[in-house]
Amino acid sequence: MALSRDQIAQRVARELQDGYYVNLGIGIPTLVANYVPDGMEVMLQSENGLLGMGQFPTEEEIDADLINAGKQTVTMATGASIFDSAESFAMIRGGHVDLTVLGAFEVDVNGNIASYMVPGKLIKGMGGAMDLVAGADNIIVTMTHASKHGESKLLTNCSLPLTGKGCIKKVLTDLAFIEIKDGKFHLLERAPGVSVEEIIRLTAGELVVSDNVPEMQF
Amino acid sequence: MAGFNKVVNSYEEAMAGLTDNMTVISGGFGLCGIPENLISEIKRKGSKGITLVSNNCGVDDFGLGVLLPDRQIKKIIASYVGENAEFERQMMSGELEVELTPQGTLAEKMRAGGAGIPAFYTATGVGTPVAEGKDERQFNGRDYILEEAITGDFAIVKAWKADKYGNLIFRKTARNFNPMAATAGKITVVEVEEIVEPGELNPDEIHTPGIYVNRLIQGTFEKRIEQRTTRPAGE
Repeated sequence: MALSRDQIAQRVARELQDGYYVNLGIGIPTLVANYVPDGMEVMLQSENGLLGMGQFPTEEEIDADLINAGKQTVTMATGASIFDSAESFAMIRGGHVDLTVLGAFEVDVNGNIASYMVPGKLIKGMGGAMDLVAGADNIIVTMTHASKHGESKLLTNCSLPLTGKGCIKKVLTDLAFIEIKDGKFHLLERAPGVSVEEIIRLTAGELVVSDNVPEMQF
Repeated sequence: MAGFNKVVNSYEEAMAGLTDNMTVISGGFGLCGIPENLISEIKRKGSKGITLVSNNCGVDDFGLGVLLPDRQIKKIIASYVGENAEFERQMMSGELEVELTPQGTLAEKMRAGGAGIPAFYTATGVGTPVAEGKDERQFNGRDYILEEAITGDFAIVKAWKADKYGNLIFRKTARNFNPMAATAGKITVVEVEEIVEPGELNPDEIHTPGIYVNRLIQGTFEKRIEQRTTRPAGE
């Protein structure tokens, strides 16, 4: 079975470490915050200018001056700090964020990522994604392995305009956890009940598979 | 106006001197921390041919989106747009020129502009459409592109509190692009929720010193929320 959105978030959360500063993109990455292991402290960075993002507010707590990068109303966690956009991206570009999790349309064997633009369709913009992928060393991309029509999103060369070049090392899809190194995909783990053959079939770029690929446990 | 007193008494006075074909830098992220009344005044004035520098362009009937129906914006430099239908229509038809700029690069362009730095190198955008036509250079084995600073004929800014000298304090994430925008305008106009006497703000707590501010006005704000998300009480 392919992983659900929540299972993807759950698996990503296992990559968290105590004391990590983490930036979570919009969509599935946001769900990672729900699976921070008990007893572990992580601080969420929101690139509009908040370090220490808390949960959504109650109706009484809503504050129009306090939103996250997805423009949703939020609260501040204990020990939060607020800063301007230049400072926020100094943190990001300067490599101070320990882990970045974001979505993508495509990744390729050279660690290129395309995530913001489909030519001919409406172009909304890259927001902070280009800065995040250029600035972070530790990035996990979350996405579906293939399109609804069965077209692989793990390619030899990205077909869409890039968000970043050579910056992605880890991809978690609904089928597999994959590392990118030496110009190849390497299969680290597979989703429960998903065969290695199916993953090979749906991976367009070169995929290195070891003899025994562990199944993710939930 | 006398001495360092930056206070003006009307929005008309606040935006006096804005003419067609000027560059306007605006603070705000989404609808958070936007100078909503200064934007309304630009709409009322009907200035045209504006090159707008702002992270976003508001929604159909609020924020910078209100400048779209009368085709007041010629070009926008932004990181994320298209939250409104009229924007999409004008962009697709080519009536509105859009220069997409990564969010961090946009913030730094404003910061550099205000700080007298004409350009800077960044790794953001290397190998992407953003790098097209820009100088590239390696430092310590890594590729960077040269990005030019931005300054504006006007900067429009929303802060929380100010003293009459234009020393500013922002509130929560309504700070966002406002401090950089404030530094990058030839004429920087700031609207705030409260103006106090000089000396009433703690100098240690001022985010933007009054030297950057030319005009200051107190307004009332709708503060519309774009994505109202809540959790149930008691959780």
